[in-house]
Amino acid sequence: MKATSHSFKENAHQALGNANLQKALNLMRSGFPARRAAAIARLPEFEALREEGKAIKDHVLENLDFYLETFERNVVARGGQVHWSRTPQEARDTVLAICRGLDAKTVTKGKSMIAEEIALNEHLEQNGITPVETDLGEYIIQIRHEYPSHIIAPAIHLVKEQIAQSFRDTHTNLDPARLLEEAPTLVAEARTVLRQKFLAADVGITGANFCVAETGSTIIVTNEGNGDLTQTLPKAHIVLASLEKLVPTLEDASTILRLLARSATGQDFSAYTTVSTGPRRPGDMDGPEEYHVVFLDNGRSAMLGTEFQDMLRCIRCGACMNHCPVYATVGGHAYGWVYPGPMGAVLTPTLVGVEEAGHLPNASTFCGKCESVCPMKIPLPKMMRHWREREYEKKLSPATYRYGLGLWAFFAKRPALYHTLAEWGARLLGAVGGPRGRFRSLPLAGGWTAGRDMPAPEGRSFQSLWAERQRKKAT
Amino acid sequence: MKEEARSQILGSIRRALKRGPVDEERQSALEERLANPRPNLIPARAASLQHAAQVDLFVAMAEEVQTTVARVSSIAEVPGAVADYLAQSNLPSRLVMTPEPQLDEIPWDTRPMLEIRRGRAEDGDAAGITGCFAAIAETGTLMLTSGQRNPTRNNFLPDTHIVVMHRDQVVGTYEDGWTQLRARQHTADGAFAMPRTVNFITGPSRTGDIEQRIELGAHGPRRLHIVLIDNGGTSP
Repeated sequence: MKATSHSFKENAHQALGNANLQKALNLMRSGFPARRAAAIARLPEFEALREEGKAIKDHVLENLDFYLETFERNVVARGGQVHWSRTPQEARDTVLAICRGLDAKTVTKGKSMIAEEIALNEHLEQNGITPVETDLGEYIIQIRHEYPSHIIAPAIHLVKEQIAQSFRDTHTNLDPARLLEEAPTLVAEARTVLRQKFLAADVGITGANFCVAETGSTIIVTNEGNGDLTQTLPKAHIVLASLEKLVPTLEDASTILRLLARSATGQDFSAYTTVSTGPRRPGDMDGPEEYHVVFLDNGRSAMLGTEFQDMLRCIRCGACMNHCPVYATVGGHAYGWVYPGPMGAVLTPTLVGVEEAGHLPNASTFCGKCESVCPMKIPLPKMMRHWREREYEKKLSPATYRYGLGLWAFFAKRPALYHTLAEWGARLLGAVGGPRGRFRSLPLAGGWTAGRDMPAPEGRSFQSLWAERQRKKAT
Repeated sequence: MKEEARSQILGSIRRALKRGPVDEERQSALEERLANPRPNLIPARAASLQHAAQVDLFVAMAEEVQTTVARVSSIAEVPGAVADYLAQSNLPSRLVMTPEPQLDEIPWDTRPMLEIRRGRAEDGDAAGITGCFAAIAETGTLMLTSGQRNPTRNNFLPDTHIVVMHRDQVVGTYEDGWTQLRARQHTADGAFAMPRTVNFITGPSRTGDIEQRIELGAHGPRRLHIVLIDNGGTSP
């Protein structure tokens, strides 16, 4: 998909005026954070597990070449194939070639952020292959021709009335007079429609939450069971994975799995955790005849050894966006590309360039909640600051911002002058705004006062009050 | 092109890490770590319990995620428990059953009303019976492995999934499950033979994709029912 991250401000503005989106985001604010907190409260070891999970991923990143090669060897030993792609184009072409080799007409897909990153559906469609998303949220946005607004809840921006309308528009062979008011009927209809797609598909494509070096296995985590029908019924199972999904052993995967569902949905464990190793075995009654793992780099290897290496620990749980005041206000689409929220604000500039996505690291209140809930302890605010610095160095930030910062720096480096001016300024604003206690408009601060009043200072600066207090103490 | 992409990606990783391929010393340490997989921190929730209490924890955790559990005292009671469950849920008494030896030991003919087909589940099979490899107490999770008598699709296609298991199959943690699998699944030369598919199943299929309200039965089974053969006495 084409990134629109450069339009973050316009996107955000539209989002604030979108009543359905605001209703949907309200549901999220009251949902995910409370469920996560409850799940963690009953696992006393959660903090210690975070440290262990972080250590496992750091260990993998330091030895990533070894683990990738070991994983590849073990996949091949069990009859599977591994494909390496540097770019989204290479990954798309690899998937297409596998599908063509099997003369595939339709492909079912489990939810995969890598598939979104490489815009796989468009590519398959352009080449005469029909991709069918089977995760309910992904299916909904596919038939609406949208893209996901959340990495674990792709249709979180929609309310059920919108979904019902999309089902009526798409499932035109069903009775137009049928009732579709409530979620259970919508779920049942999607189940019936998609069941036939599962049975008819030639190839199944899933993502991977983990690639296990020890056994050459890939692991997916779902609640619906769509990933399992996707990979079990067709002739071939294609797994899309980015390089950093490696873990050494099944035990290491188990440790991180204890963090994943609790951080994501507040479940102790997701309904389905599935470990897949190679194609079907001799004598098996089902399973895919071919098993392919397609690795995507797309700039990740170059993040190693930089201030962004920690981002490669991310397990895509979505906790950072579930707890982010900015995400909760504007939703995921405002971020303009595949990955929204704090993790997207860090990752998107790496993958599409800071020129395109420089706004995203600024879309933060720096409250630090994202880092505090991240199961992998990724220092997201620190990395957003790194991006801001790069943006400043590349002179990508607006001139008024740059000059304003220069002016502020001039005074900040001269504390006596700064304090004097601040004291005068506070007294002046306090005197002018005193009677009302606030300003409806202020010169140079139109951006603030357009949407709300500016509180007036009470007449003294903090520094001078503090100095006075210290003097009184001394006497 | 393929080989070129591979070597470029590995090269890029090594450049970023400011080293060449891992040296011999590090390689043998890493290989040793893989050859002897060690558990990391294990939460006390299940690990600290005696087996009887683990069985109770398994049942409690499973019920928390909408799995239903019937505890029976011997395999002779299993057909009756299955028939009762189907009747109570207003389900037809036609079933597809995986052709596993331990399921064949059950005296199904004591309930001739049950119409059981042994084999692979197909579209339209409304209810199915499988065994399982192990059951994990810490989160009420079933562990099922694929094999010649264990088609994976039977765990997902039928609307109702009935699992018949013995209390001995309950273990504390995921790591305990792996330990058992490593001990029991190996090739002729003794190497660990990972099954094609290992399914960890925790409750019936669900989705929260419509306004974050949990609905059961998204794509996999709408109902998950366990018949637990529980002849080991009760926990203290």
